[in-house]
Amino acid sequence: MSGDATMQVSVWRSGDGKEGFQTFDAPRREHQTVLDVVTWIQQHADPSLAYRFACRVGMCGSCAMMVNGQPRWTCRTHVSRVLKDGRLEIAPLRNLPVIRDLATDMTPFFEKWVAAEAVFAPSESREAPMAPIKPDDPRRVAADAAIECINCAVCYAACDVVASNPEYLGPAALNRAWTLANDARDGGQKARLDAISKAGGCHNCHSMGNCMTFCPNELNPTASIAGLKRATVKAALGWGKG
Amino acid sequence: MKVRPHRGHPLWYAFMLHRTSGLLLALFLPVHFYVLAMALTGPDALDGFLALTASTPVKLAEWGLVFLLAVHFFGGLRLLALEFLPWSSRQKTFIAAATALAFLVSTTFFLSAA
Amino acid sequence: MLTLRLYLLQRVTAILMAPLVLGHIAVMIYAVQDGLTAAEILGRTQGSLGWMLFYGVFVVAVAIHAAIGLRVIVAETLGLRGAGLNVFAWGAGLLLLALGLRAVWAVTA
Repeated sequence: MSGDATMQVSVWRSGDGKEGFQTFDAPRREHQTVLDVVTWIQQHADPSLAYRFACRVGMCGSCAMMVNGQPRWTCRTHVSRVLKDGRLEIAPLRNLPVIRDLATDMTPFFEKWVAAEAVFAPSESREAPMAPIKPDDPRRVAADAAIECINCAVCYAACDVVASNPEYLGPAALNRAWTLANDARDGGQKARLDAISKAGGCHNCHSMGNCMTFCPNELNPTASIAGLKRATVKAALGWGKG
Repeated sequence: MKVRPHRGHPLWYAFMLHRTSGLLLALFLPVHFYVLAMALTGPDALDGFLALTASTPVKLAEWGLVFLLAVHFFGGLRLLALEFLPWSSRQKTFIAAATALAFLVSTTFFLSAA
Repeated sequence: MLTLRLYLLQRVTAILMAPLVLGHIAVMIYAVQDGLTAAEILGRTQGSLGWMLFYGVFVVAVAIHAAIGLRVIVAETLGLRGAGLNVFAWGAGLLLLALGLRAVWAVTA
């Protein structure tokens, strides 16, 4: 790749009463990530550009943005994979209020984790002995498949149910609730099933799979939510212990 | 029609097909019921209406209706399996099978009507 | 919008209708073979308690199933919520139920 190749990058700008896309010419480099491009613009073209990142290695979940209309973790998304006709369009994550430019307010996203009771509820005190849980226990295996969430809100931005129903708890919070529903040590099962059975609960999911299509860690919230639906139905019909 | 970039994958198309077919069937049902009730209110009118079904455009429309019913049925079975059975990673195969079966059933109806 | 209760109703009516839809499709393919006439349809269905029950159950299930489905679509695409949404869903369900039962009565009584 030649040293002076450039690409057109449209970046969403908002704040100061104005909003819209602003176009920059940014250098096109090999092995460049979308976050590299945003950082280049902030350092060389417009220092007032607001965006959020921290670890740059796909662990912290803070740099997700809409890239050419799709939610992506920008630090691990190579430009070569998403460039369309030599152009990039970078916007703040969908379904969240925007603070300024590319930085969203993640408060509603995390409030829904709490609303979904997606928090561990201890059933024993710290003095109790360690609970023995075998690695091949079916519930442990189910939880294992869903625990590597980095809270990046890519699934939340991808979900059309969130877009059309602001009450909906969303794939990330429900996926977390599913890991806890499979935690033998958890004592909050009844409260959790109640919390996810309300108007914005798991039953609103249409299994359209946007979340599993875009999850950067290749988790499957669609499957987790299906598991929760089963658990609530079992509990409601009194089949075994939800 | 342009599909937005975050959609446009098989599961989303299956969702859209299920929603659209369900909506169209719900809109068709009142007409269907009204026509059948003509048996009570005006048998001649019913026969006059049924005579229309001999024409090719109406047969094509009927093929469409049977396809809607069948694709909502097979797609619905896929959703019930997705929700009530352990997760299967073969969703794309199931979607293709549901659509193909719906096509088979509706075309069988069409050929039977021809 | 979709609480556990509505979700359960939606899925139970779906499972209930599965064999009915298969039966209905089979009847359609059979009945359409040499054209449709009122006499042929009524000759098969009139005075039959079996068909009355078959299509009676079908109509009740479809009215519930379609009303819940329409409720979700209207809420998600038009943004209708609260009492308005409930009135719409009940209205749609009762309309389908009334028209459907009238049709079943017309062809099977």
